[in-house]
Amino acid sequence: MQKKEMIAMLLAGGQGSRLGALTTQIAKPAVMFGGKYRIIDFPLSNCVNSGIDTVGVLTQYEPLTLTKHIGIGIPWDLDLTHGGVTILSPFVTGKQGEWYSGTANAIYQNIRYIDSYNPEYVLVLSGDHVYKMDYAQMLNYHKQKGATATIGVIEVPMEEASQFGIMNTDSDLKVIEFEEKPAQPKSNFASMGIYIFNWKTLRKSLVEDKEIHPDSDFGKHIIPSLLNAGEPLFAYPFKSYWKDIGTIEAYWKANMELAYVVPEFNLYDDYWSIYTNSDNFAPQFISNTANVSHSLISKGCEIEGEIYNSIISPNVRIEKGCVIKDSIIMQGTIIKSGSILDKCIVSENSVIGDNVRIGHGEDIHNHDKPHVYNSGISVIGAYTTIPDNVGIGKNCEIVGNTTHEHYPNGYLPSGNSVVLKGGI
Amino acid sequence: MKAVGIILAGTKKSRLEVLASHRNSAAMPVGGSYRVIDFALTNFSYSGVKTIALISQYNTRSLADHVSSSKWWNLGRKNSGIYLFTPDMLNSDTLSFKGTADAIYQNIEFLKKSSEKYVIISPSDHIMRIDYREVLKYHVEKKADITVVYKNMPEIDARNYGTLELDEQYRLTDFEEKPLEPQTTNISLGIYVIARELLIKLLEDLANEGRTSIADDIITRYRKKLRIYGYKFEGYWQALKDIDSLYATNLDFLNPDMRDEIFEKYSYVLTKAKDDPPVKYSQGCNVKNSILNGGDVINGTVHDSVLSRKVFIGEGSYIKNAIIMEGCTIGKGTVVENAILDKSVTIGDGKQIIGTPDNIKVIPKGQII
Repeated sequence: MQKKEMIAMLLAGGQGSRLGALTTQIAKPAVMFGGKYRIIDFPLSNCVNSGIDTVGVLTQYEPLTLTKHIGIGIPWDLDLTHGGVTILSPFVTGKQGEWYSGTANAIYQNIRYIDSYNPEYVLVLSGDHVYKMDYAQMLNYHKQKGATATIGVIEVPMEEASQFGIMNTDSDLKVIEFEEKPAQPKSNFASMGIYIFNWKTLRKSLVEDKEIHPDSDFGKHIIPSLLNAGEPLFAYPFKSYWKDIGTIEAYWKANMELAYVVPEFNLYDDYWSIYTNSDNFAPQFISNTANVSHSLISKGCEIEGEIYNSIISPNVRIEKGCVIKDSIIMQGTIIKSGSILDKCIVSENSVIGDNVRIGHGEDIHNHDKPHVYNSGISVIGAYTTIPDNVGIGKNCEIVGNTTHEHYPNGYLPSGNSVVLKGGI
Repeated sequence: MKAVGIILAGTKKSRLEVLASHRNSAAMPVGGSYRVIDFALTNFSYSGVKTIALISQYNTRSLADHVSSSKWWNLGRKNSGIYLFTPDMLNSDTLSFKGTADAIYQNIEFLKKSSEKYVIISPSDHIMRIDYREVLKYHVEKKADITVVYKNMPEIDARNYGTLELDEQYRLTDFEEKPLEPQTTNISLGIYVIARELLIKLLEDLANEGRTSIADDIITRYRKKLRIYGYKFEGYWQALKDIDSLYATNLDFLNPDMRDEIFEKYSYVLTKAKDDPPVKYSQGCNVKNSILNGGDVINGTVHDSVLSRKVFIGEGSYIKNAIIMEGCTIGKGTVVENAILDKSVTIGDGKQIIGTPDNIKVIPKGQII
């Protein structure tokens, strides 16, 4: 069988728990971004644009939306007879099943998949990040340096460096030390979770580490053990837009920036297209009663209301008299007439009733999850219903088919949550 | 589905003027993100017709490009697909197709190799949604030899179309192609259902007699000998015959009932994926009653218009009642009114491109003003 020089393993099993209601039914890599895209479209499109035609996507948490989105890989031209995209989910072997217990463990469990392509190099990626990067250039660098492993790094502000895995390097960018979230960082080279490994070395290391750490992890175990063994590891500094959309505020901000006149992250270039799976919807229609300004709007939308400073995904309907401001509305959601949304994220396939008001009230942190909802943004989950004529404050979280009984006196004050377990 | 499809994309539409000078009329952009052939292909695909012969002869490059992969229409499976047939130089007589029947006859091997019982023949330049399963059911119920789909249209000039006179049972009693004195307002939509074996026999008979037209040499000539029935279609229908109908059809997409019928009621209309980013609306832009598409960047005013993908509208520009095709760039402070801009037109700052509703201004492909 034809050998592949490099294949990619895309880790897409994470929940992204700090994204709150956005990830209750959807894995973080499948969360929508920039209107029509899902986060995983960025690393997947990067692979294709870099000439990588074999990608294993490792799924675990809430994989339905993700698996359906990827399908057989047609939008990325990854529907191939040899290679292409393969969804790799945890499996049962013998009588035992095992979840992926760590990033490296997940790759370990798919050694047979990688071996079947007999690659020279393996690119390990995370499905959580938004950026455009040419992995072919990184591979050239890897070869030039004669590295065993090359780690993509980005310079972060020194004061934030203690939140990242930090690579300390010599003047030749050779890694001399790796520190996970150091209290006193010596460098500001943060690991982007992008690795190129020589497969032979990685394979050996994965097998050995499996015996020591049942939750084998690249940052915590594999990189340190390669360093200890004296293997040449190099940092590959990336000097362009890269966002780890870890929190609701970061997610909101990164989306909003796309509507700028010349955004730092440009989706409008032909050279490095981002591919996704949403192209047969009808054209979008802006009616006579609509007013749209400083916003991105996707295919299939019917807009009759006012939209300012917002990002609208495909097939969204915004009825007459609505005012949507500083908000993100995801695919298939309907906002009925007269509703006013201010600084709010509505996930997929939800229905907001008539004359609902969201984002109105005091800015107090969420009572149950203050670490998630603290930026004034209220989040409405996927497949959620909000009844007519209710008000919702700031930092609220609503999931499920809510009715008037969940809104005493027709109002859910700031910082409150209504999370209904969905019945099937 | 027990039918193969044939799409006839052969005729030259000189009345589409400069818009058709460089493309087959079946590849005419319409509704912002479609080529008109998408409607014929989507109707077949959703009706379960899996094998389609696309027969064409003028300017096939843009058409061939559009259908180069049949997967966008859910076709192109192991036993299905879109087959593009263009004239072959078999001998000095076969340089081009001489008529609708001749075009199919020259590709008769396609019909002979097929195993489906029926053939559905469709034109390529019609905008409509039709479920051929219903038409085929009707054809079988009527025990028809041929079924002709028609629409009753008192409002249009029947002299440009084929007309059907029917009895109470909807059996054809008379058919006239482009009648001088129309006797009826039943207009043929150029869609025919016929058994494959019968079609092969008729085509071979016609070829022996040097006859070439489906309408004249089959429908009119055999109207008494065969059981030919009319199937009444009552939905939205438009044919892109000339500049005015192209313009009117595009503006019809602004009507919500029409959008619902075309895009929602049955299915989306399938087309080749383009991977454009969302539309970007800048601060201070003003968009009303318009259709926009991926990759558009709007800084000015757009009213009552249809914009295709990747259109840039500069600040202070005013676009009204216009059809703007893919990749056009409009500068600052420019007025475009009652106009059609073909692909990749560039209009500089402060220009005036103004037509009237009766005399639509057309700017040909790639022009720089």
